Amino acid sequence: MPAHDVLIIGAGLAGQRAALAAAQKGASVAVMSKVHPVRSHSVAAAGGINAAISVDDDWHSHAYDTVKGSDFLGDQDAIEIMCSEAPAEVMELEHMGVTFHRNDKGEMDLRAFGGASMKRTAYVADITGQAMLHVLYEQLMKHHETVELLEEWFTTSLLIDDAGRCCGVIARDVRSGRMEAFKAKNVILACGGAGQVYKPTTNGLIVTGDGIAMAYRAGAPLMDMEMVQYHPTCLVETGILITEGARGEGAHLLNAAGERFMEKSAPNKMELASRDVVSRAEQIEIDEGRGVGPNGSGIYLDVTVVPRKRTLEALREIVNLGRDFAGVDITREPIMIRPGQHYIMGGVKTDVDGRTAIEGLYAAGEVACVSVHGGNRLGANSLLDTLIFGRRSGEHAAQRAAHMGMPDMDPGARLRADAEEIDAIIARPRDGRRVSEIKSELGELMNRYAAVFRDETGLQTALETVRRLKEESARAWIDDRGTVFNQDVLGAIELGYMVDCAEAIVIGAIERKESRGAQFRTDYPERNDEDWLKHIDITLNGDGAGGVGGPQISYSPVTITQWQPEERKY
Amino acid sequence: MAESHDRPPQPFTLRVRRYDPESGDAPYWDEHTIELEPHRSVLEAILQARDRFDGSIGIRCSCRQAICGSCGVRVNGEPALACHTHLDAARRSARDGVIEIEPMGNMPVIKDLIVDMDAVHWKKIRRVTPWLIAKQPVPEREYLVPRESMVDVTQTMACIQCGACVSDCLAMEVDPLFVGPAALAKAYRFVGDPRDDQHFERLNDLAQDPHGMFDCTHCFKCVDACPKDVNPMGQIMRLRRIATADHHIVDHNNGERHEAAFASLIRDNGLLWEAELLPRSYGGNSWFGKLHPRAGKELLSSLPSIVKALLRRKVTPMGALKPHRIPKQDLASVRSIYDRIEGRDRSSGQRFELNLYVVGEDEEPPAPDAGVVAGVVAEVSTGESPAEPERPASEDCDTPPDPISPEGSSST
Repeated sequence: MPAHDVLIIGAGLAGQRAALAAAQKGASVAVMSKVHPVRSHSVAAAGGINAAISVDDDWHSHAYDTVKGSDFLGDQDAIEIMCSEAPAEVMELEHMGVTFHRNDKGEMDLRAFGGASMKRTAYVADITGQAMLHVLYEQLMKHHETVELLEEWFTTSLLIDDAGRCCGVIARDVRSGRMEAFKAKNVILACGGAGQVYKPTTNGLIVTGDGIAMAYRAGAPLMDMEMVQYHPTCLVETGILITEGARGEGAHLLNAAGERFMEKSAPNKMELASRDVVSRAEQIEIDEGRGVGPNGSGIYLDVTVVPRKRTLEALREIVNLGRDFAGVDITREPIMIRPGQHYIMGGVKTDVDGRTAIEGLYAAGEVACVSVHGGNRLGANSLLDTLIFGRRSGEHAAQRAAHMGMPDMDPGARLRADAEEIDAIIARPRDGRRVSEIKSELGELMNRYAAVFRDETGLQTALETVRRLKEESARAWIDDRGTVFNQDVLGAIELGYMVDCAEAIVIGAIERKESRGAQFRTDYPERNDEDWLKHIDITLNGDGAGGVGGPQISYSPVTITQWQPEERKY
Repeated sequence: MAESHDRPPQPFTLRVRRYDPESGDAPYWDEHTIELEPHRSVLEAILQARDRFDGSIGIRCSCRQAICGSCGVRVNGEPALACHTHLDAARRSARDGVIEIEPMGNMPVIKDLIVDMDAVHWKKIRRVTPWLIAKQPVPEREYLVPRESMVDVTQTMACIQCGACVSDCLAMEVDPLFVGPAALAKAYRFVGDPRDDQHFERLNDLAQDPHGMFDCTHCFKCVDACPKDVNPMGQIMRLRRIATADHHIVDHNNGERHEAAFASLIRDNGLLWEAELLPRSYGGNSWFGKLHPRAGKELLSSLPSIVKALLRRKVTPMGALKPHRIPKQDLASVRSIYDRIEGRDRSSGQRFELNLYVVGEDEEPPAPDAGVVAGVVAEVSTGESPAEPERPASEDCDTPPDPISPEGSSST
């Protein structure tokens, strides 16, 4: 049976960064991913990465902007760590080979981004995530003797021993269909968010909440799951993301009357207010009949005000996206966008070293909630989050591994149970619904009731429906009976992960009876620090069957170090 | 094109190449008809077929926006990303109105549209030492490097490793050991990076390798296939030029001399003179050199091809042996191009490159006399107008590429 000091699930930026860090500390490391590492969704991050590297900048300013962006729900100790370590981390990536855009002096160039008080975002055109992911993968190829890559292995569950410690995983080799147990002293979840719970979403088809659900099922608390970010600029039809870098370069948002409506809600920062603010302003324009396009369901993003030469050089990818996916030359005419699901601030609750409540289990990146993003993440802080907390998790896990022996748990029972579960899915009779039907209904439901604006009635409808879909998904049938690359059966397992995430999102949204960050309750339109300046934790207590157990809600305090909550204006 | 949003869904028929390795059966075709708007992608069509009719259709995919590189396939025989190919365009290029989707070529098929990229593509990537070997000492802050150099290598950084260029590389079909377009483009990503310390070693390695940079036959297939305008063939040509002109690498494969022979023949005659190409490739431009023993050996091994060419009347004996020359005034024009390029000021360290990656177009359409750079381009590209600003930033390469960028001096 394979056994490693540190086993990382997910090979996006957080996972690859954790792997390098753990390997450098001398641990034996494996990275397991259901797709090839460069297909991970970090690849789609466009705009850049925040760090106070300019001589005029100060990490305290970055930290304050992040706290304010989070609507004061972010934990300030964690934010201080992230922002103070950011410059060195970005330099390290530069030294590894990331081709950051330069200014005329040959130094790293910086661009403006939403919610930031100065230009602080380092970038590689608008393919920053891709460049960073590919460079980290270069490093993994370089360190192939110390980091084992388990590409196209699908994790089905975490191994938890009788003392409640995590000591490995069960996984299926996608290519051969073989099930195997992997022992590990530490497991780091780095398998991203849960965007596919929504339809449409900017997230890839692989982003199905696997890590969040696996940790939840194993008993780890989830935190602030109601905080779901809608990105202000997604293509109307497909939900494809247009980078915030466009507004960072100066693009305007216009309603049907041609007005820069951001004047009303953010007279100072205008289009560069934080994402929750901009998305809400857009949704108001659309809801009140000032939208553009066939059903008035869009807003114009006008990039033509950016010099064409600059657009072609620094926003090249969205020039292509506009042309290929909307038939619009963004250098010549405005493009129709709208808010779209993009990121989940909540996730598996961790400390600043990535540790979850389960001993031996870590989480980093979008799967985790440290929380550095609180109620709303600033653009270009997610890449930073993945690197800083990926590295810290990797280092901490490697150190922990150095002082312990390999767990001697027998994974046989769990291995057999997971294999039987998969066989059972394949053998399901065709009397329920197709997996794809349920997934589609779930996505549309969430996008309707757990979106930019929420209220009690809608959320209760959502909860009821999610619970029905959960039952249906347990009987959902598939077509593929094979073992080699049976993506169909993996889709059924992913659907199970997604309904768990959806349930937690809706429960959190119902519980938080205030409006803060991405959570806007039309029935509770004000922020209420007195009652709700706290995290909402959701823990699975038993399986909820027979009226006992199920999701349990508790609260934890927000860590405040130097910035007291104040009114948030942009 | 903004009206594309108004076009209603219509039926499209897909013919998908299926292969189930567990069945013991040969690959077969499977047809599905789906309904989608014509500007939607082939991937969306496949996913609809999978969701509605047959969940067992195997295809790797994730982002749906041409950035994750998962869904490389062949559409109507041509390599492409399924998510980056519009249904209406795919139907136009179909033989019989049915969109044919097959797995990529040059790589073993695992199931349906899924190929074994590790066995071919990634193996070749690993061949080129695909990581930065950083110049020492590592600075405390970032390396100070020219702005243009980072924009330049970002073109190859934009490669999403989809394998479309590998799928239809003709040289790789003939020589499976050829390092290939994707991996050589990846190599340029380091050779063009001023922070890398091993430019010579990398270039020498790939020049001396009999399956290396001189194996490419300039067929442009990879340039057409690439969904990200990485222009792999262009990067291979740049590797050659930097290896030969900057590092004076003379390779065992005779690649450097072969290229020089081409250039000198065109300068002398304005047209290629096949009979002289081989001797000159081995012996340079001298009578003594033409008797090089390896040239004789090469000639012997080429005899079957020569005989075939003669039999098929592709050449006549006289035509091959006699230099074909273009009219005198045309030859003078050709030579003036040589003079201009060879006579330019080399001390600036700049080399004019055909670079399809946009590094900043002019704000307005350039005037006809738009500077020296455009002037040189105009001459090279048979005097057409230097730039067509209405054209989208990146398109097929058979129109003259307008953004020609002075390549920053690679500071070796």
